[in-house]
Amino acid sequence: MPRTLRAIPTLLKVGFAEAVAYRAEMVVWLLSTNMPLVMLALWTAVARDAPVGRFGQRDFVAYYLATLVVRLLTGAWVIWELNYEIRQGTLAFRLLRPVHPLLAYAAENLSALPVRMLVSLPIALGALLVVGRDRLTGDPLLLALFPVTVLGAWLITFLAMAIIGALAFWIDQAGSLFEIWLGLFGVFSGYLVPLELFPHWVATAARFLPFRYMLAFPVEMIIGMTPRPAALAELAIQWTFVAALALGARGAWALGLRRFAAFGG
Amino acid sequence: MGRYLRLLAVQFRASAAVAMQYRVEFLVEGALALFWTGWSLVPLLVVYGSREAVAGWSFDEALVVMGWFTLMKGVLEGAVNPSLTTVVEHIRKGTLDFVLLKPADAQFLVSTAKFEPWRIIDVLGGLVIFAVAFHRMGRLPEAGGILAACLLFAAATVILYSLWIIVVAAAFFVVKVDNLSFLFVSIYDAARWPASVFRGALRVIFTFVVPLAVMTTFPAEALLGRLAAPRALVIAAGAVAFAGLARAVWLRSIARYTSASS
Repeated sequence: MPRTLRAIPTLLKVGFAEAVAYRAEMVVWLLSTNMPLVMLALWTAVARDAPVGRFGQRDFVAYYLATLVVRLLTGAWVIWELNYEIRQGTLAFRLLRPVHPLLAYAAENLSALPVRMLVSLPIALGALLVVGRDRLTGDPLLLALFPVTVLGAWLITFLAMAIIGALAFWIDQAGSLFEIWLGLFGVFSGYLVPLELFPHWVATAARFLPFRYMLAFPVEMIIGMTPRPAALAELAIQWTFVAALALGARGAWALGLRRFAAFGG
Repeated sequence: MGRYLRLLAVQFRASAAVAMQYRVEFLVEGALALFWTGWSLVPLLVVYGSREAVAGWSFDEALVVMGWFTLMKGVLEGAVNPSLTTVVEHIRKGTLDFVLLKPADAQFLVSTAKFEPWRIIDVLGGLVIFAVAFHRMGRLPEAGGILAACLLFAAATVILYSLWIIVVAAAFFVVKVDNLSFLFVSIYDAARWPASVFRGALRVIFTFVVPLAVMTTFPAEALLGRLAAPRALVIAAGAVAFAGLARAVWLRSIARYTSASS
């Protein structure tokens, strides 16, 4: 374990260097997270005359800009790498190293964070200027907890990707499966439409699915739509999901590796 | 001309044969396409759950736009995207040489290299959405409207294809453009909404940079009988001019191509 810990700073440094080297590519990837802006334009057009539910035009602006920031901060792409490396057999090289591959992937994904922050912090500050200070939660505890919720959201995103990616050990269509996951995410996480605006049963169902805790929970908390007790309860649920998915990822990985056979190499 | 038609038939048969080998994939992708078509209606239903009309479009009219979105998506992912992704791969690996050596126009060969026939499901999905929308409105589109819509559909396909050719031409200079195609698909997603929803910077981008309005909103207006004929003709002329520009860009880029392999 201490050996693994000592490796982490180096892994992070390598990942950061990679993120800087492929910065143009990174910017294109970041630009393709443009859905919140489109939905923002759409909903402000809808709310031009009268608010929808408890959402006025400025609430939509706050909601979708927060969505954009959280989404940019919690991006992970481990599924594509896993899928590719399992199929091509290059995973074998990772297995030779004395660090658990999932940890290495996590370090790679996390170390792109500074570059991503460089893009999302100006958005966040701009948002604050546009919608005004009162659209941010006034509760100092919730403000302080925001980074924790974002970390939890990132962990759920990453671990779910790792589990679905590990399915590539068994089936060829892990990519298609992930597309369905993305589709469910779009609706049940509040990415496309705030969950409140759905019929009641959708919002209720979303409370039992992991998607809400990947996006809607941090977003609603930071724009002050969740009171403190509810936010703390949701935080507990979020980290329960994190723990469950972590166990799942470890299990799926251990079982999958037994089936792994590298070709060529 | 006849020779190129025969070539097109050959290329298409080859793609169909490849697709037939992966029948399970056909089922999976087909099911996925249906899932996405149904799923993409969810935000529309929520928006119109709270309003009768948005930016001058009623639910049924917005449904027609969604129909065009689904249909064009089928064209994009079935006929345009796969071939041109293959070219990028060719350029990166240096195997484009083999295409250039063949005694036919290179642009024609690369743009017909690969079709994904099962994308026809998206096209059918679009037609079903039209049927539902017009059934709900209780009327049929007029013949003139259908004619204008077909013209605009052709124009939209030409524009889409030309945009793609220009992106591919960029691959000669910067090589790594596969994520540009991802970016484009993510922008195309906005085409499911009537263009008049967007204002300000987004409107400028969606009209001039990536003409999404031409791809879904204008054909829908034509089908609804709200688009004047001269406007349709202007758009068609614009599409032809754009195709000419794309051709010029392609010729210039290919002239500068130096094989990556040798």
